[in-house]
Amino acid sequence: MSSHTFTVNGTQVTVDTDDSVRLLWVLRDILGITGPKYGCGLEVCKACTSHINGKAFNPCSVPVSQIQPTDEITTIEGLPATVGKDLHPMQQAWLDADVAQCGYCQPGQIMAAVAKVKQVRAEGREITDDDLDQIRNICRCGTYTRIREAIKAGAQNM
Amino acid sequence: MVPHRRSPDDSDGQPTGLGRRRFLGYLLAAPTLAIGVQLFDPQSADASIPTLPQPEEIFDLGDLQNLAAAPTAGLISVQVHPDGTASFAAHRCEVGQGMTTAVAMMIAEELDLPLAKVTVTLADARPELLMNQLTGGSNSMRSIYLPVRTAAAIARQQLVATAARQWNADPATLRTANGVVTAPNGGAATYGSLATAAASSTTVAVAVPALKSPSQFTILGTPQNRIDAHDIVTGRKTFGMDMRVPNALPTMVARPPTINGTVVAVNNTAAVLAMPGVTDIAVISHGVAVRAQTFGQCIDAIQALRVTWGAGTVDNQSDASVLAALKAAELPLVVPPLLTQTVDAEFTFAFASNAPLEPDNAIADVRSDRAEIWSSLKVPIVALEAIAAMLGLPQNAVTVHVVPGGGSFGRHLFHDVAAEAAEASQKMGKPVKLSWSRTDDFRQGRTHPMCTSRVRANVLLGNVITYEQRHTSVQTDFGHGLGEMITATAASLPVAGNLSFAETIFELSQSSPYNFGVTTQLLNEVPLKFNTGSMRNIYSPNVVCAQELVVDRLAAMMHQDPVAFRRQYLRDARVLAVLNKAAEVGNWGATLPKGMAQGVGVHAEYQAAIACLVEIDCTPATVNRQIPNAVTGPRVTKATIVVDPGFAINPRGLEAQMMGGMNDAIALALTSSLHIQHGIPLEGSWDNYFYTRQWNTPLDIQVVIMPNTSTSPSGAGELGVAPSLAAVACAYARATGTMPTSFPINHGTLGFTPFPLEPSTPQSPTDGLVNTF
Repeated sequence: MSSHTFTVNGTQVTVDTDDSVRLLWVLRDILGITGPKYGCGLEVCKACTSHINGKAFNPCSVPVSQIQPTDEITTIEGLPATVGKDLHPMQQAWLDADVAQCGYCQPGQIMAAVAKVKQVRAEGREITDDDLDQIRNICRCGTYTRIREAIKAGAQNM
Repeated sequence: MVPHRRSPDDSDGQPTGLGRRRFLGYLLAAPTLAIGVQLFDPQSADASIPTLPQPEEIFDLGDLQNLAAAPTAGLISVQVHPDGTASFAAHRCEVGQGMTTAVAMMIAEELDLPLAKVTVTLADARPELLMNQLTGGSNSMRSIYLPVRTAAAIARQQLVATAARQWNADPATLRTANGVVTAPNGGAATYGSLATAAASSTTVAVAVPALKSPSQFTILGTPQNRIDAHDIVTGRKTFGMDMRVPNALPTMVARPPTINGTVVAVNNTAAVLAMPGVTDIAVISHGVAVRAQTFGQCIDAIQALRVTWGAGTVDNQSDASVLAALKAAELPLVVPPLLTQTVDAEFTFAFASNAPLEPDNAIADVRSDRAEIWSSLKVPIVALEAIAAMLGLPQNAVTVHVVPGGGSFGRHLFHDVAAEAAEASQKMGKPVKLSWSRTDDFRQGRTHPMCTSRVRANVLLGNVITYEQRHTSVQTDFGHGLGEMITATAASLPVAGNLSFAETIFELSQSSPYNFGVTTQLLNEVPLKFNTGSMRNIYSPNVVCAQELVVDRLAAMMHQDPVAFRRQYLRDARVLAVLNKAAEVGNWGATLPKGMAQGVGVHAEYQAAIACLVEIDCTPATVNRQIPNAVTGPRVTKATIVVDPGFAINPRGLEAQMMGGMNDAIALALTSSLHIQHGIPLEGSWDNYFYTRQWNTPLDIQVVIMPNTSTSPSGAGELGVAPSLAAVACAYARATGTMPTSFPINHGTLGFTPFPLEPSTPQSPTDGLVNTF
């Protein structure tokens, strides 16, 4: 048991737990932040996708001891605040396209989409179908077509 | 098969078909306006006595459910609140299919209330509803559509009557819109202001008004977004795992290395109890439950537990032995082949998983004298009865809350995880939040069992004169309520003889849409003790895939184009219409490069008709495309789905269900299966079970919804799977020149390294920060 301090969704938090506990469980079971979902705990399904210092990652596969006090974690709950709005443009695009079915994967899908758009922008280009093919997040309801449509639309407003 | 019995649209909007039944309406004793509706005269169900060869055409699985639901469907209530909103606790489960949105639309329509002011929650298990709390068989819209609208219409009538009384006006002169009652003289009252005055202190029967006719609809039949979409995209939608019940700590289960194995001994209980965060360990029916402060610490404990396991129920079974058992059990084809004029084919479909993305989970708080359960359950009454019996509690001491599910695909028809949570809570004496791991879901969870489909069609003088299909499957477990429905309605069913539940469901869901002369489709089951259950569309994906591949073979044998051949033999106008539309919109006959081809599949079920046309790319450049750590292979590049849903309640939601069905079908055709080896599936993650992902989904899917052909909705949640699977299979056969006979086509290659069988849940990785983007 040791103390771990970092920033999540703009608020500094300190939790006491074992070093090896994966960040997903710190967020969900200790801090009560449930937007990042448990879908596999194996870094495969990507339902827990969140951001660390603006980059997409899977907290199911990061021991809390690897998180530094200067690290800023953003979950779906904190995404709108990163643009100072009630909804991030990608969330609005998700609503416009009525993407979700059951909704379980969608927080992770949105967080992955935002990071993917930023990643290709950093490479000086716009998102392509080949980029979208690389997104690994599982949607067992099969909403992939609307996800692609929403990412392209959301990127226009990012 | 699409029925022809449906009554024509009624201009007065009165219910047709099923709705020929009369309703009883009640003003319920409540502090605010509450309307109850009860159906009676259940024997006037819309199924007539069958005289045709294939029962599904005139009385299908949905009719069975309607018939079983009829006597109790009435105990449903729409309430109007002082804040101007209306609410309804649906006796169905929401798992992504859009049921709550469609129900909210029904209420908003008949109440003249904005959709945003309607709240739909999920009702707790209500044992008094008997068989009318089962979400399955794509039946919810068909069975809810009239009763819910009737309740809302009565509520609107009561609000108008209340305003008329207050204003001393003739109710006939009042109008309603947007949650406001208005009078010709300009008077206006919001529903909220009338809700209390409209309430009754006693329950009294009230007259049932006419429902709106479709021509009056402003919400039903229009595309609407999901009512929970905002909660979903902001992370606020609460699934079972997200609920916080006091002291219900995370709990997981160490499981045996074979399906349904048992615990002989736990060899290091004290050491595991001493691990950080671990609070309790209990042996339960099929494993060792561990309760801890976090799920991560449960996973740690599973790594450490040393358990001596007892045998499971299928320890000696592997893919090859199951297939051999199926072959041995195949029913004979009775029409002898006419040699040169025969198509004889046999297809094998591997085990598949119905696991949704959200792992099975449940919260249970079991005390000495009562129990409370929270879980995503499609048959909560059966869950309540079984759990009460297991716990030794009377049924009225057990409360079962139904939680929205992160997908279902058939998985939540059963309450396995809820029963486990209850057992663990009882044995630990504490509340638990029990989740299966992903690996548990694949290895110990319910499956769509392996099956074979053998087909023989004979041709004489340029005509198909016989079509025989013998479907043989490892037994599918229907012990979740449908069985009780069949027992209760047995005398009314159009199936003869002493059929099993599975045979009855097969006969009520399958029929050939073709004029192929003497047609028989029969099921035989092999009683192997796998954990099975319905998967989206149950038998149809396999049966229809086999059928359509054979139809393509017949067309080729008779030197006809596949679409032209189908046009010649289809015996239903609605199926023909969707096929023609699909051929037109999907540009059937387009010239494609070598290695690419189109394929088509048609189907009719749930009183709907559907055709799918796909293009598949089997060129080496595509098949061998590289996506890191991905199974690629052939890619469906384009899909056109044309659906005649009878009446489309929410075209946007219907389109979504068709798209989902297509992605399911692509997985079943090309990539997704379970490999059984020595009594357990090898698959343990989504990188083993290759459900469709972005790199395999079509870049172009178009869904066309035909103009309404009825006033009644058909079932839609499962409809898209079967014809899509058939279309993909037929396209693959045409692109490669070889008809596939084993599905998915990549099942013969194990494309991953299996996780060890022990520990049953693998430890989570630690390299998450290496893979950021």
